[in-house]
Amino acid sequence: MFKTLVTGAAFALALVPAAAFAAGGEAHVEDFAFSFEGPFGTYDQNQLQRGLQIYTEVCSACHGLKQVPIRTLSDEGGPGLPADQVRAYAADNFEVFDAEDDDFRPAEPTDHFPENDGVGAPDLSLMAKSRAGFHGPYGLGINQMIKGMGGAEYIASLLTGYTGETKDEAGTTFYENHAFPGGWISMAPPLSDEQVEFVDGHSNDLHHLAQDVSAFLMWTAEPKMMARKQAGFVGVLFLAVLSVLLYLTNKRLWAPHKGKKTS
Amino acid sequence: MSGIPHDHYEPKTGAEKWLHSRLPIVGLLYDTIMIPTPKNLNWWWIWGIVLAFCLALQIVTGIVLVMHYTPHVDLAFASVEHIMRNVNGGFMIRYLHANGASLFFVAVYIHIFRGLFYGSYKAPREITWIVGMLIYLMMMGTAFMGYVLPWGQMSFWGATVITGLFGAIPLIGEPIQTWLLGGPAVDNATLNRFFSLHYLLPFVIAALVIVHIWAFHTTGNNNPTGVEVRRGSKEEAKKDTLPFWPYFVIKDFLGLAVVLLVFWAVVGFMPNYLGHPDNYIEANPLQTPAHIVPEWYFLPFYAILRAFTSEVWIVQIASFVTGGIVDAKFFGVLAMFGAIAVMALAPWLDTSRVRSGKYRPQFKWWFLLLVIDFFALMWLGAMPAEEPYASFSLIASAYWFGYFLVILPLLGVIEKPDAIPATIEEDFDSHYGKKSEATPAE
Repeated sequence: MFKTLVTGAAFALALVPAAAFAAGGEAHVEDFAFSFEGPFGTYDQNQLQRGLQIYTEVCSACHGLKQVPIRTLSDEGGPGLPADQVRAYAADNFEVFDAEDDDFRPAEPTDHFPENDGVGAPDLSLMAKSRAGFHGPYGLGINQMIKGMGGAEYIASLLTGYTGETKDEAGTTFYENHAFPGGWISMAPPLSDEQVEFVDGHSNDLHHLAQDVSAFLMWTAEPKMMARKQAGFVGVLFLAVLSVLLYLTNKRLWAPHKGKKTS
Repeated sequence: MSGIPHDHYEPKTGAEKWLHSRLPIVGLLYDTIMIPTPKNLNWWWIWGIVLAFCLALQIVTGIVLVMHYTPHVDLAFASVEHIMRNVNGGFMIRYLHANGASLFFVAVYIHIFRGLFYGSYKAPREITWIVGMLIYLMMMGTAFMGYVLPWGQMSFWGATVITGLFGAIPLIGEPIQTWLLGGPAVDNATLNRFFSLHYLLPFVIAALVIVHIWAFHTTGNNNPTGVEVRRGSKEEAKKDTLPFWPYFVIKDFLGLAVVLLVFWAVVGFMPNYLGHPDNYIEANPLQTPAHIVPEWYFLPFYAILRAFTSEVWIVQIASFVTGGIVDAKFFGVLAMFGAIAVMALAPWLDTSRVRSGKYRPQFKWWFLLLVIDFFALMWLGAMPAEEPYASFSLIASAYWFGYFLVILPLLGVIEKPDAIPATIEEDFDSHYGKKSEATPAE
């Protein structure tokens, strides 16, 4: 009896997402293993904290995170810094323009990470959602259910994808990178082995650094991911029970009007 | 209300009689909810309830989103991020609303194709069909304008491309486009009016839904056999039907629960699956995205729009005959709207006396091909406008028109239909076996 419903569900899943075809696909995105993949994946709090450190020490020189309120660093399902550390972090690292004082002042947790368009680098708040790394299988994108859309993988691939080749064009230096669409990017390799030291001595080769900061940027793009997956899980469970109860109700209700099924 | 004879509401107490003689609202609700419904309806008939649910879901989540959203070019994108980050449960409300639009279109397409297969559009249900088509058009307008509101790159460039279609109308096209946009290009005025209309149209849809239901409650539901309910007497009608409550309400709710299970999994575990990554980049009028792709539910008609290029002979003929007034761009626009128009005209294009596709041996195959054609067009709409996709699009578009304009009229003449059951009761019993009326329920 569920044949039709299954067909309907298959119809829904067979819909080809526009995103799948939109990206050229010439760029190579490596499949990094992240803790937040799949329906039950969660953020690794320590990794997000390391990523925050990398962003602060390296990326923030050129890239802003203007959509992200600094206070959310202490939110559940995020880096989970204690409130006093967040206050100190904001004041130590960023200055914001205060229209009331007509002057700059140290940032507070209620401020957002500052915008940074000094060298025309894109804002990173939503970077992990504005790039799709995965389109498979066959461009259907169904593997998003398992792996997510691959934005974090894209960022990590980009950070580790430099070949060392450069070229100069119209006064700008371009760096060859096989994760970047077109193959040449104007950003110099931002990360290298042991560029950032962690207090806990966590490994800091390029591969690990790239992965940590990508995880952090996945969090800045989707800070409520863990709450969302939990809501998804509870909802699916609830609807599964409801479906079973309705199935039994429906069967009982119709029984007096149906004989034994003959075909 | 219904043409099928059945028991009506009788006010019993004094209070009920008092109300009924002044406002027969209880009677109206009773007749609506207890309407005799063909008892052989299959699972393809659940999508009406799913659609009603979608409309309610979109209106409720939409009203909440409006409380936190700011329709201004400088603030819209940030206000959506505010919803995603700061509003309690805002991320779920927004993802439900965004994916709710997709569920709405999944349901409406299945609902439409169900109608096309079982001949639900045929007399006497033409008005139901036409009103349904109007609802579908309104849905497309609403969804299109809603997609502009987050003010991402695809919002902006999608709006630019689609409103540009109106510019293709000869002579008056450009003034119309400017009038629609509120200026020479997509800007703050456009965002504001789209916001206003995106809020208004769902209520127009709700009103049309009432008319849609009113119409088919007057004619009675179609059913998989296409055989009408016997209406000679109440007793006769009762052999073919069961009341909507509780039989079909419970059945439809079961279908809805299973559909929502899949929907909830998508929202919870891959909410951006059907979206475009570029829409997480704020709109930038100075930077055109590499590929501008509409949402999936527009793709089949977008493919038809793009299929008719200036190299196609029929476009060249049209251009020649009209002295260049109908150019390739305008032809494409006409084709896109024409594709929906021919579907709306199905009641008059289908000449077969047999209603249900179940008993039409040739029709079945043409219909299957139409479904495949629909998916092919959807795929082609997402492909770049180059060979071989352009030629495939043309073939697929030609079949879409061919089905409605040639095959439907012709089949009615040349096809020899299979034997049709005399009554709905007979069809139902052939599936489930006859139950004697005397057998107690338990």
